[in-house]
Amino acid sequence: MTALDVATIKRDFPIFEREVNGKRLVYLDSASSAQKPLAVLDAMDHAYRDHYANIHRGVYTIAEEATVAFEDARRKVARFVNAPRKEEIVFTRNATESINLVAYSWGRANLKTGDAVVLSHLEHHANVVPWQILAAERGIELRWIPLTQDFRLDLSNLDALLEGARLLAVSAMSNVLGTINDIRPLADAAHAHGALILVDACQYVPHVATDVQQWDADFVAFSSHKILGPTGIGALWARFELLDDMPPFLGGGEMIRDVRLDGFTTNDLPWKFEAGTPAIVEAIGFGAAIDYISALGMDAVRAHERLVTRYALESLRERFGESLTIHGPTDIEVRGGAVSFLFDGIHAHDVSQVLDEDAVCVRAGHHCAKPLMRQLGVPATTRASFYVYNDEADVDALIEALAKAQKFFAV
Amino acid sequence: MAGLEDLYREIILDHYRSPRNRGELAVPPAHKVEGFNPLCGDEVVLYLDIDPATDTVRDVKIAGQGCSISQASTSMMSSAVKGQSIEEVRKLIRAFKALMSIHESKLEGDGGDGSDLAADLAGVRLGDLEALQGVVKFPVRIKCATLSWNTLQQALDETSQTHS
Repeated sequence: MTALDVATIKRDFPIFEREVNGKRLVYLDSASSAQKPLAVLDAMDHAYRDHYANIHRGVYTIAEEATVAFEDARRKVARFVNAPRKEEIVFTRNATESINLVAYSWGRANLKTGDAVVLSHLEHHANVVPWQILAAERGIELRWIPLTQDFRLDLSNLDALLEGARLLAVSAMSNVLGTINDIRPLADAAHAHGALILVDACQYVPHVATDVQQWDADFVAFSSHKILGPTGIGALWARFELLDDMPPFLGGGEMIRDVRLDGFTTNDLPWKFEAGTPAIVEAIGFGAAIDYISALGMDAVRAHERLVTRYALESLRERFGESLTIHGPTDIEVRGGAVSFLFDGIHAHDVSQVLDEDAVCVRAGHHCAKPLMRQLGVPATTRASFYVYNDEADVDALIEALAKAQKFFAV
Repeated sequence: MAGLEDLYREIILDHYRSPRNRGELAVPPAHKVEGFNPLCGDEVVLYLDIDPATDTVRDVKIAGQGCSISQASTSMMSSAVKGQSIEEVRKLIRAFKALMSIHESKLEGDGGDGSDLAADLAGVRLGDLEALQGVVKFPVRIKCATLSWNTLQQALDETSQTHS
């Protein structure tokens, strides 16, 4: 048995009441986006029905209630990642926007021609393209941490890569390989070279207890929809002094203290970076999702996912042997629950098509990590990923559906 | 609901396992065009050699990789256009796209009677390509089937620009 009571948890998620193709829904694509518990749906419904108004504006009762609920969500997010101050949590649309905010605001204010930003080969496009845009615009140099044979960061040359670098921008957990990167030593190395560290924690925060202070990070990006919350809201955590020094990102209402015909002054943190009416109800839903998963306990979540992931890795190996290649670490201690694999001679898309017949939802493709796919030498992989509502029975359903695909394509 | 057999007809699997016209052609005289499906990473590299004297496809070769539908569609496309005149190839492109969208518009129930599409299909012999009809029952896979045809269209448009 696992650390979580999956049968009870499943009942909290209305989507598992439905069937697909007459079969029980087996959702194995949480690394892409997680399903939503009733607690989140209710919180959002309640917000719209009972105290919806714009925030930080009206003096009337429901506007005040909406503002309190919104700012309360920020407090929950701050506590969830152990941020020292709630003013350090900037609400964004998603982790992608959080990273773009840093590239646009901090990057443009601080990086000049010849400066280097260090990335790794396992980054999601969200932590690649914003820096490529900046590189093209500012003539900054991008350097890359390569991977080892066992799908981990090859840190043997890290000091040379960090020499003269201004920023290390790295993922805490790969969305393709599942690899968990040990952030603290990376932060220490970056700081020793006078560089800052940005952590793309989009895949990590939903699955492992996160402590931005223990990491000694400078910027951390994550999103709500992968933590059982709604889409359209994410967060950037950054050290107060950094945010304070950074110029604004988007201009408009909310982010200003005063506007005159000859200019403007910016609002206090974090509102300086929150131009326009934010995703109010989504933020409230984000807070409810954090309440839900915190009640399960992040240590229990991690323990549960280790068990399910280990079972999946063993089952895949046992059933398919050499005909299936797993792209990711086999050591459960250094990986999360995203398991990418490829059958010899069957394209990932065809596999997921057959799986859909059995209501097994997996992701197929390049997972928004084309540089990594080129490193792996594969066009696409099939990825199954696990969360709190998955158990061994879901893994068994995956294995049976995969066996069917293998038979269908007769490889 | 549509079954896997609707999608993966035997002739499709045959083209996937034994793709026709794989290889490369010297550029020039051939024209090379790459087509990508940014969503899934499928890739088609098309080498099209057109005889300017007769305006016919002298030779065609295919490289790249992708799922069975995209690869089979590419293979069938290469067989269908080889030796054909540019005019016939353009007709074939229109007919194939009609085959892919006639069902799509029916599925979406947009009320159109599909008569324009029917006109595109009239008098064009699609042969093996008709096996790809089942793809329209799986809307997310339509782009897999049309990738090579869009690439072919692009190749024709680019060559006609260079020749004019």
